[in-house]
Amino acid sequence: MRLSSPRDDRRPRAVAVALAMAAVTIITVDATAGDDSPVDPLRSAGGEVFGPVESGLDEATRPIEAVADQVTTVDGLRDDNARLQAENDRLRAELETAGIDRARIDALAEMTRFGDQHGVDLVTAQVIAMGPAQSFSQAVTIDAGTADGVESDMTVLNDQGLVGRVLRADLHTATVLLIVDASSVVGGRLGTDLELGMLRGDGELSDVGRLTLTTMDPTVEPATGDIVVTWGSRGGTPYVAGVPIGRIESVESSPRDQSSSARVVPYVDFSALDLVGVVIGASPPGDRTERAAPGEGR
Amino acid sequence: MAVLRVLVYTALVVLAIGLQVGPFSELAIHGVAPDLLLLVVVAVGLVHGPERAALIGFVGGLALDLAPPADHVAGRWALALVVVGFLVGLVRDDARQGPLGIVGAVAAASFVGTSIFALSGLILDEPGVTVGGVLEVIPIAVLYDTALALLTVPLLMALGRRLEPDRDEWVRAA
Repeated sequence: MRLSSPRDDRRPRAVAVALAMAAVTIITVDATAGDDSPVDPLRSAGGEVFGPVESGLDEATRPIEAVADQVTTVDGLRDDNARLQAENDRLRAELETAGIDRARIDALAEMTRFGDQHGVDLVTAQVIAMGPAQSFSQAVTIDAGTADGVESDMTVLNDQGLVGRVLRADLHTATVLLIVDASSVVGGRLGTDLELGMLRGDGELSDVGRLTLTTMDPTVEPATGDIVVTWGSRGGTPYVAGVPIGRIESVESSPRDQSSSARVVPYVDFSALDLVGVVIGASPPGDRTERAAPGEGR
Repeated sequence: MAVLRVLVYTALVVLAIGLQVGPFSELAIHGVAPDLLLLVVVAVGLVHGPERAALIGFVGGLALDLAPPADHVAGRWALALVVVGFLVGLVRDDARQGPLGIVGAVAAASFVGTSIFALSGLILDEPGVTVGGVLEVIPIAVLYDTALALLTVPLLMALGRRLEPDRDEWVRAA
């Protein structure tokens, strides 16, 4: 057993100071020697000794590292996931809007084509409001008014077919009565034999909404599947001629009344109205019957 | 016993350096790998006192300075670990009172060691050593070393006591 003495206390300090001095000396020699350092042989000896140790340990721990890699990259994966999800959302939103934009462009193109073909001028407008079901009036508001040349009793159509007519035009908006409204009566012409009839709405906006066609000549029996286009009024108001209205779904004939009525499925999807066109210039006279049914085959 | 001790500590130093520059560099946090050799030096300081800790710090530090990926001026780690070993050895009686003392010793040792190494790099104008980088690296190194010390240092100390049971006892008696 030794008792600690001042001498014992001093010894470690002396050793430590000596070692620190040695380290500083090595640093100085190595730092000042530049490229031709006397430490370099020691360095290569260190490489000789530790190179195998390091590669051996690396081999031995590689399976552990593989697991560790996965652990340490969870954060990275989370980041990746968040980033990709954001990108996905953005692209999806873009794609969805692209679909809507495309539909609108198609609708516009179709309407323009119809206008060109029929020699009518169209003002395009957007449906901005739809009358509530409890009003029992199937009317919509569009964002074009007298300032755009829209006046009452003008024909309103879209790329699918006849929508209705302008009931009332204000400066920047107009109210359009849809042909499915119970008070709407449209003169129609059968696509195949040009027979005339009147179409009345049933007040139903949804897909089950039908128009009832009553032919002027009671002996004419419309054929199922035949298409109906507008008959056309004087001066193109309220309806210009040749706008497709719908397709005959079924025919009911009543021999006692000597009349027949047909149920017509409208081409327009009235619950999804978006872009519509208002015919502000009537088609030239004498031109109408030749240009029947642009939407035939739809 | 002395020969065995030298052999065991040589093996420990080699293993610590090998692990530190090899596998543990893969577990680096913000590029900072744990200083395993420093933990060995701290454990030696706590068990065997300042003289041997300074010696192991010097030898181990020099080996670390020369081990392959190292490209800095040799002697920097040697200097840092000599100081660390000596200081830890000086405060070992206080530090060994409980786990908290050991943790504190490791944290202080890590701070001193990485600081000396970094500052020597600044003084020598080593490439890549900047004040901002140093200030960023030191706290991470201290935290990482301390966390790892909770597992390793008690084991290393137990090993050290087995290698030199008598000395431990007379230190307690003193």
